[in-house]
Amino acid sequence: MSFDILNSNIPTINSAIKDKKISHRELVDFYIKRAKKYSKLNSYINIMEQEALEKVTNMDPDLSANEIIKGIPVSLKDIFLMKGHKTTCASKILSDHVATYDSTVASRLQNKGAVVIGKNNMDEFAMGSSNEHSFYGPALNPWDESRVPGGSSGGSAVSVSAGLCQISYGTDTGGSVRLPASYTGICSLKPTYGRVSRYGVIAFASSLDQPGPMARNIEDLAIAFDAVSGHDPNDSNTSSLPPSNIYKGLKNIEPCTLGVPYELLSDGIDKDVVKCFESSLEIFKKAGYVIKDIKLPHAKHSLDAYYIISTGEASSNLARYDGIRYGYRTSNISGLKDLYENSRSEGFGTEVKRRIALGTFVLSAGYYDAYFVKAAKVRRLIRQDFDNAFSSCSAILLPTAPTTAFKIGEKLADPMTMYLSDVLTVPVNLAAIPAMSIPCGFDSKSLPIGMQIIGKHFDEMTLFNLAYFMQRQRPELFNRVSVK
Amino acid sequence: MSNTYEIIIGLEVHAQLLTKSKMFCACSTEFGLTPNSNICPVCTGQPGALPVLNSGAVDHAIRTALALNCKINETSVFARKNYFYPDLPKGYQISQHEEPLAVKGYIELYDKQGVPKKIGITRVHMEEDAGKNIHSDKCSFVDLNRSGVPLVEIVSEPDMRSPQEAVSYFKKLRAILDCIGVCACNMEEGNLRCDANVSLRKFGADKFGTKVEIKNLNSFRFLEKALSYEVERQTQMLDSGEKIEQETRLFDAVSGITKSMRKKEEANDYRYFPEPDLTPLVIKKDKIKSTEQNMPELPDAKKKRLMSSYGLNEYDADVLSSDVLLASYYEKLVSIVKEPKLCSNWVQTDIMRVLNEQKISIQAFKIKVENMAELLLLVNKGSINQNTAKSVFSEMLSGGRSAKDIVSEKGLLQIQDQSQIEAIVDEVIASNTAQVEQYKQGKTNIAGYLVGLVMKQSKGKANPVIVNEILKKKLS
Repeated sequence: MSFDILNSNIPTINSAIKDKKISHRELVDFYIKRAKKYSKLNSYINIMEQEALEKVTNMDPDLSANEIIKGIPVSLKDIFLMKGHKTTCASKILSDHVATYDSTVASRLQNKGAVVIGKNNMDEFAMGSSNEHSFYGPALNPWDESRVPGGSSGGSAVSVSAGLCQISYGTDTGGSVRLPASYTGICSLKPTYGRVSRYGVIAFASSLDQPGPMARNIEDLAIAFDAVSGHDPNDSNTSSLPPSNIYKGLKNIEPCTLGVPYELLSDGIDKDVVKCFESSLEIFKKAGYVIKDIKLPHAKHSLDAYYIISTGEASSNLARYDGIRYGYRTSNISGLKDLYENSRSEGFGTEVKRRIALGTFVLSAGYYDAYFVKAAKVRRLIRQDFDNAFSSCSAILLPTAPTTAFKIGEKLADPMTMYLSDVLTVPVNLAAIPAMSIPCGFDSKSLPIGMQIIGKHFDEMTLFNLAYFMQRQRPELFNRVSVK
Repeated sequence: MSNTYEIIIGLEVHAQLLTKSKMFCACSTEFGLTPNSNICPVCTGQPGALPVLNSGAVDHAIRTALALNCKINETSVFARKNYFYPDLPKGYQISQHEEPLAVKGYIELYDKQGVPKKIGITRVHMEEDAGKNIHSDKCSFVDLNRSGVPLVEIVSEPDMRSPQEAVSYFKKLRAILDCIGVCACNMEEGNLRCDANVSLRKFGADKFGTKVEIKNLNSFRFLEKALSYEVERQTQMLDSGEKIEQETRLFDAVSGITKSMRKKEEANDYRYFPEPDLTPLVIKKDKIKSTEQNMPELPDAKKKRLMSSYGLNEYDADVLSSDVLLASYYEKLVSIVKEPKLCSNWVQTDIMRVLNEQKISIQAFKIKVENMAELLLLVNKGSINQNTAKSVFSEMLSGGRSAKDIVSEKGLLQIQDQSQIEAIVDEVIASNTAQVEQYKQGKTNIAGYLVGLVMKQSKGKANPVIVNEILKKKLS
C-alpha cells in the first residue's frame, strides 16, 4: 500500500478508494492496527474491531458525491451512546452500562456509512481539563507522553493527533474539544449551542454541552461537522436551521476585521503562547485583515459563572446514577439511603463528587439567588459583550489555552489551577457561540499551541473560511501526525 | 367543632391530563398495563435522554387554566424539582416553579341559598407524574408506566372555611375538568388527587395560624374525613395551649386519622432551577383566543341555562351541570319527551341510583336515551302509571328490551276506559258497605283504602287518577 493515509484528507482518501489505490477495508484495518499498536496512549476505552471490519467488507468503492463520509473510520468520545455497546463516560458507575439506544450523532454517522472504530477515553462525565480524571486512567499526549493531552475529550484528541482514526467527535462544555485540540496540535470545532443534537450524549451541563468534531485538517473538520449538524426532534434545543453545508462552501474570503480582546492576554498567559498567537495575527494582517482591539468587560467573571452553572446543572443531571435502574450498585446495602449513598460514593470519582457537591450547594435554598441566579445574570452580560464586539468585527481571535500541555499529575492536587486551563474557552460556552481551535505553532519545548477563532451565533462558515485561510498559509501545521 | 377558631383550608389538586402519550416522550399513558411496558429511554431516565414537550398536554393545560378563569403567562418556564426516590428515574421531576403556566383564577361555589362565593386559584402549572413503587415482604419494585404522564397542579388560595366547603370546591373543580375533557377524573385510578393545607386561627385574627399539609386524599369522603379529623386535632391542641407544628401529615383511610410524615426541618430542599433541556414555553395570544372559542359550556353556565330553559330548581340543575354526559343525556331525553320536570325526576332518582349502585358513568348505562324516552312517553300519555313504569324500568335494565315490548308482552297498559273502571269501582263499593258507611260519616281518608282495592282488583293497571275521580263521584 503506497497511498499515504495519514497525510490525506477525506476527499483525497475517497478519490484513492475510487481509484482502487486502497479499499475501505484496508483503510479501517490500517487505523485499527495503529490504534492497537499505540494502546499505551490509552486513547480508546473500547475498540470495535470486528464490527467495524464487517461493516466495510465488500463496501462499494464507487462513492457518490453525497457519500463523502461513507467508509471513513471515526472514533467517538465514550459519552455518545451506541445501542448495544458499552458507553461508560469513563466512570466506574457506568463501567458496565450497555446503551439501549443510539445517540443522534452516532445514528447520523452510521446512516451515512461512517465506520465507528472505537470509543475514546475522556475525563469522567467530561469533568476535567487533562483526561486524568478517568476510571480507565489518563490518556497520554503523543507529543510528550509524560504530559496530558488536555480534556475532557483527551482520548479523541489523541486518536486524531496520533493517527489512530481519521476524525473523532468529542463534546465541549467549557473547552473540552478545543483545549485538547490545542494540546495535541489538531483542529476542533465547538459549534453554536443547538447546532448539533445532544440526544444520547451523556449530559454534564445541559445548557453548555455541545458535541463537536476533531480532525487534522479543515476539510475533514467541515465534513465531520456537516455529517452531524442540524435539527433533531429529540433535542428541543436544536436550531431549526437546515444542516450545515460547510465543506462545499469553503472558499477564499475577502479580508475582514478580526477582534482581539487584548486585555485577556495580559494575565497568566504563557509567553510562548502569546508570541505564537501574535505571529498568527501578523499573517492575517499581511493578507489585509484588520486586527481590532475589542473589549469583553465581563469575560473575567466567566470562570466563576461557569463553575456555578455547570456544577449546578451537573448535580441534577447526575442524580439519575442512583444504583436503582442501571449502572453500578453497591453491595453494601442495608436500606434505601445506603443504596443511594454507597452506590454513588463508590461509583463516582473524586472530581465528579467535588462538582456534585459544589453544584448541590449553589442550588440550595438560601444560596440559589446569591450563586446560581447571579451566575445566570453574568452569563447574559457575557453574551451581550460578545454581541457588542461582533458589531465591529467578523470574528474574534484568542489563544485556546494559557499554556501548552502540562505534566501528568502536575495540577491534580490543585483543582483551582486546573480550572484556569479553561479561562479562554469558557466564555464561548456561556455565550452559546461557535469557536474553533486550530494549530498555530509550537513552544520552546516543541509542544503544540492552539488558536481560537470565535464567531457569531450560527456563523460557523466564517470560522471555517478563516481557518481554511490559515491552513493554506501554514500547511506545515496541519495534517501533522504526532507519532509515526 | 369549636366556635373559637376559624378554619382555613387551601387545596392542591393534581389532575392527570387526558393525552394519548406522555408529557415528554411518545410512550402511551394507558392505565393498568403490565408494569414497565409503557417505557422508553426518556421516561426511565436513561443517560443522554432528553425531554420533548407534548403539545397536546399544553393544550389541555391551557384549557384548564381558562376554565378556571386564570391569567395565562405568555412565557412560562419548566423547572427541575430535585429529590431522590426510586419512582423518580431522573432524580428530578420536571415541573414549573417561579414562572407557572397560569395564575390568578377562581372557581365560584354556591351555598344552599344560592349565594355565590369565589375561591381563588393561585396558580396552575404543568408537571410530569412519577412512577410507582410496589412493595412486597422481601423487596420493592418500581413500575415506571406512570412516569412522565402529564399533570396539571391546581393550587387554590386559602379561601375555604370548612371541610364541607373544601369538598364542594373539589367537586366543582372535578366537574369543570370533566366538562372540558382534560382529565378522566377517575379518582380510583388516581388521575385526580388532592393534598390539603389546613390551619386554624381565632375568629377576628388577621394572621393565619401554622398550617399542616395533609397528603394523599383520593376521594371526596377521605378529604372531608381527614379535614374534620385535622380540625378537631388542631382545636384540641390549641385549646390545651399547645403549638401547631408545620408538618406534612398522611391520611390513613383505614383508621380515619392523620399521621405525621415529616416535620418542617425534615422537608426536602428541592433545589429548583430552570430546566435547561427545554426552552421556555411561549403561549401566543391567538392560541389563547382560539382555545377560548373552542371551550364547551362550563358547569356554571350550564346550570344557569338548565334553570332558565327547563325550569329546574337550583339543586337539580347543580347535580346535572356537574356531569357533562349526564346533562347531555338529560337534554336529549327532554328533547324527545318534552317534560323537563318528569325527565329530571327520573334522571336524578332512578337513573342516578343505578349509576351509583353499579359505580358506572352514564356512558356505561344500559338504557339508551331513545329507549328511556319511550318509557317516559308512556308515563306521560298515561299509558302506564309510575309504579308500572318503575318495574318496566328494572326489566329494561336487566333484559335490555324496549319499554313498549315489555308493556305489551306483560299486558301492563293502563286501563283508561271509564266504563271498565266504573264496573270495578261499583263492585268494590258493593262488597265494602261498612267502609262506605264510615266514609259517608266523614272518615274521608278511607277513600285511599278503597282506591287500593280497586287497583288491586285491576292488577295495578287502572289509571289511579280516573279511579279517584269515579270513586269520589260515586261516594258523594
